[in-house]
Amino acid sequence: MIARKPGLLGDGQAGLAAHLARYGPLRCSADRAALLREVDRSGLTGRGGAAFPAARKIAAVARNAAACGREPLVIGNGTEAEPAIDKDKTLMTGSPHLVIDGAQVAAVLAGAAAAVIVAHPRALDAMRHAVAERAPASVRVSVQRAADGFVAGEATATASWAARGTSKPTGTPPRLSGRGPAGVPTLVHNVETLAHLALIARYGQAWFRSAGTAEEPGSMLVTVSGAVRAPGVREIGIGTPVWRVIRQAGGPSERPRALLFGGWSGVWASAAEATELPLSAAGLARLGAVPGAGLVEVLPASACGLRETARIARYLASQSAGQCGPCAFGLDALAGEVSRIAAGHVDGIALVRRWLGQVDGRGACSHPSGAVRLIRSAMRVFDDDLAEHAAGRCEAV
Amino acid sequence: MTVELRVDYIACDGRGICAEMLPELIATDDWGFPVVAGQTVPARLLGDARVAVRACPLLALRLEASGPGHHQARHRLRVLRSGRV
Repeated sequence: MIARKPGLLGDGQAGLAAHLARYGPLRCSADRAALLREVDRSGLTGRGGAAFPAARKIAAVARNAAACGREPLVIGNGTEAEPAIDKDKTLMTGSPHLVIDGAQVAAVLAGAAAAVIVAHPRALDAMRHAVAERAPASVRVSVQRAADGFVAGEATATASWAARGTSKPTGTPPRLSGRGPAGVPTLVHNVETLAHLALIARYGQAWFRSAGTAEEPGSMLVTVSGAVRAPGVREIGIGTPVWRVIRQAGGPSERPRALLFGGWSGVWASAAEATELPLSAAGLARLGAVPGAGLVEVLPASACGLRETARIARYLASQSAGQCGPCAFGLDALAGEVSRIAAGHVDGIALVRRWLGQVDGRGACSHPSGAVRLIRSAMRVFDDDLAEHAAGRCEAV
Repeated sequence: MTVELRVDYIACDGRGICAEMLPELIATDDWGFPVVAGQTVPARLLGDARVAVRACPLLALRLEASGPGHHQARHRLRVLRSGRV
């Protein structure tokens, strides 16, 4: 339920005719500068998790490409390697033509004649089918199957996969916008960001800004999961109160204990402190959280937050690309110690805090920092449960 | 213009030569990998820092200049390759 129509997610009809009936044709203005200004004024930020201003990234790629005289590589990132999140798969299977439109707009603005959409395997058929439905256009859009693994969705890893078939983060510098793994300025945008671009190109920045807040305009897709009656992906205006987002997912199925925001490498908050807050960067800032890629996972009072955190931490450790020492060794050590704490051996808390400090911010990508963020927030939110675990109990009811 | 130490963690394999050469600025974590996050190099240690950069067999340590008077990509490339600022 969002403030304005039409929404990102269709009514089950993914074909080209239904797409055109719903959104109208895409008329990409020949005036690239004017369109880029429109995107800039819209305030659109990336929907892959980092929320970087879209127009600024596109402009940097366009500028660098013009400066070095090379055509940029434009990539739509639909990898969605985060197991807890479904919004990109839902978008690609439900509105594939919106994603293709957005890829074309991004390519035109960046000065490219082609775009590659890297798609999660479950959305691959839908994307390929949609591309096949399209008549040839000035921008050739192709679809490539995404690589497996959590870090494969990271921007440089996706670019590396598209360019040369290896899906590991490459580290920066150089920035993708300057020179990516293919040797040219590279633009990577999450597929939801592309879908928003396609709508801004049609309806303009004022329409886009009619949802959301003044500082964080627009809508976003959220994945609500866990102890709710109707889990799934929905579109919301940014800044919608958390309690309303949960109510749209059918409301809690049990008494909620805590919420996990952003993704599995996101931030825990207690239900008590979080439900009144707006789901926006400004709203969640006091929790040290961001909306990220839009996960809202509801942990019920019957579950143990420390055990859930240990499970996620073990997963994140297993997904290290293994390129960087602090990540490969540090996440493994952290996951092991958090698992011991979840099992009742809380003597390792000091070690956890030490390693959190050592691992944070060190590595070629933000994977280790994400795990640190998750574990740190768990230590805060489930602080009382640490004492319970030390006494051989657990606060889970 | 300030000069900072940076580690390429993909190239680094934690053998720790840099930490031995420049203990004032480089510590190691519990797995032997250098901790230098954004360490600004004071002028008196620039010479030692250059030696540490050149000593890394994997070229995983570099000096990066930033601030007024700093030229961008080409300069960084020279710094990466030579360890000189």
